Amino acid sequence: MRTLFVQTMREVRSIFYTPVAYVVMVMLLVLLGWMFQFGVSQLNKSSTEYTVIQATFVSGLFFFILAITTSLVTMRTFSEEFRMGTIEMLTTAPVKEWQIVLSKFFGTVIFYTVAFAPSLLHFVVFDHESGGHPAAKGVGAIYSTYLMILFIAMLFISIGNLASSLVKDQVNAAVISITVKMLFLFVPLMLGVMLNVTDPRVRLLAEFVSPFSHINDATAGIIDSRRVVWYLSLTVFFLALTHHVFHSRKLKS
Amino acid sequence: MIRVQQLTKKYGSFTAVKGISFEVAKGEVVGFLGPNGAGKSTTMKILTGFLPPTTGRVSIAGFDIFDDSVEARRHLGYLPENTPLYPEMKVGEYLRYRAALKGVASGKVRERVGDVIDLCQVKDRENQLIGSLSKGYRQRVGLADALVHDPDLLILDEPTIGLDPNQIRTVRDLIKNLAQKRTVLISTHILPEVEMMCSRVIVIHRGEIRASDTAENLRKNHRAVGELLLEARAGADALEALQSVAGVKDVTAAENGEWTNFTLRLDAKAEPGLDIMRLAAERKWEVREIHQKRATLEDVFAELTTADH
Repeated sequence: MRTLFVQTMREVRSIFYTPVAYVVMVMLLVLLGWMFQFGVSQLNKSSTEYTVIQATFVSGLFFFILAITTSLVTMRTFSEEFRMGTIEMLTTAPVKEWQIVLSKFFGTVIFYTVAFAPSLLHFVVFDHESGGHPAAKGVGAIYSTYLMILFIAMLFISIGNLASSLVKDQVNAAVISITVKMLFLFVPLMLGVMLNVTDPRVRLLAEFVSPFSHINDATAGIIDSRRVVWYLSLTVFFLALTHHVFHSRKLKS
Repeated sequence: MIRVQQLTKKYGSFTAVKGISFEVAKGEVVGFLGPNGAGKSTTMKILTGFLPPTTGRVSIAGFDIFDDSVEARRHLGYLPENTPLYPEMKVGEYLRYRAALKGVASGKVRERVGDVIDLCQVKDRENQLIGSLSKGYRQRVGLADALVHDPDLLILDEPTIGLDPNQIRTVRDLIKNLAQKRTVLISTHILPEVEMMCSRVIVIHRGEIRASDTAENLRKNHRAVGELLLEARAGADALEALQSVAGVKDVTAAENGEWTNFTLRLDAKAEPGLDIMRLAAERKWEVREIHQKRATLEDVFAELTTADH
């Protein structure tokens, strides 16, 4: 456990050593701030049933930001180790391969937790300042939304790590990662809405796997355990795949 | 400390290491010699658990490097060729991270890092970024990393490659110092280095072990032809007389004023010096110099690793 902790802290530090980390943090703060401000302005325009957290997060822009930034942060996790040759130092220390894979995953999760934390203040302050206005919807919806964001981010990070373990070039890793995430985001949406597929089973499936509907529920204060299992299962699947790819690639190096 | 049994490594159809077996006992300092592409680095990568073998077994301090890999790796410190390090970290910070990663107890990390920083003489660079270090200092940081968990065994892959003569001397002295308390397996191209540091030499060529002995024994058993140089004032029959001495293959002569320089090519292990002195006394030659050139480790290395072997 100590080895995992030590390596995770090293990964967190290595992310903060790169300029990409600060660009992503600033980008997240500015865009989430803008989305919040946009949500509040929409609520002020007319009478609506939306809460401020729904107005902020129920848009494609948020997922687009998440898909791109997680790809930028994770693109170097494995590819950089292979490119620099430091993988040899790392894997000849008494560390297990799964500890390396998990440390890179947890390192990025910690970075995202830190990067997202300031945006939480928007809603806490709004809730406090509005004096319990219905649009503020209480802290429960705020926490359920951020919990769902964490699950989706975990999945995106595991996809990013897999892409980074597949190729040597960071840019290629980012492109693969973004493509997979876009497919994940928009295929259910296309099936359900754009292509107007009428088969109720397909629509049900599309809704079940669509992050848009998940965040929609979460902003209403609902955390459906099926979705939690769905995201955790996919995350574990991609981590297992990353472990397999990492092991195979190490053998070829 | 190291036991290698029938180790083979294939990359597709190319066999880099062909069923080699050897052992390194506790406290030995063994030089691992071979030309480029001989299979040295591949063998070392297998010994450290970085690469799996195609067939064969390796145990380090009694632990199988694959079945009990983490435990085996706790007993070894490894310095790979080119010393890959994280350039964005400071020297002290990197060594503390590596110590913790290698299982040094939390309360002991600072003490151990302090010890290896002093031992490897990087105290003056402790707060410097690794990316801004010279190659010599990077090498010393790599050595400090290999030592930070106080391993029983050090595996060093070309530790002096690319260094200037001063840096080579510093790293070599450092390794000699480390070798007093540890088992060391060191691969290098610099043969005098091996003679100075190693108690035994293993020569590998084309994935096979060609020799495993002390440098002294390798030289003694060297099959290459030796040479004897004789500077004398001798009669016209000297060339023929020298040719007849047992162990002499052929003789060439070059005039040097009143003196003649004879070069005698000798059979393997021949020591004809005394016979030649007796011959000179019998024929009343004046001898100014007689000198038999001993085979160097370089001669042995060249013989063992030339294409026709």
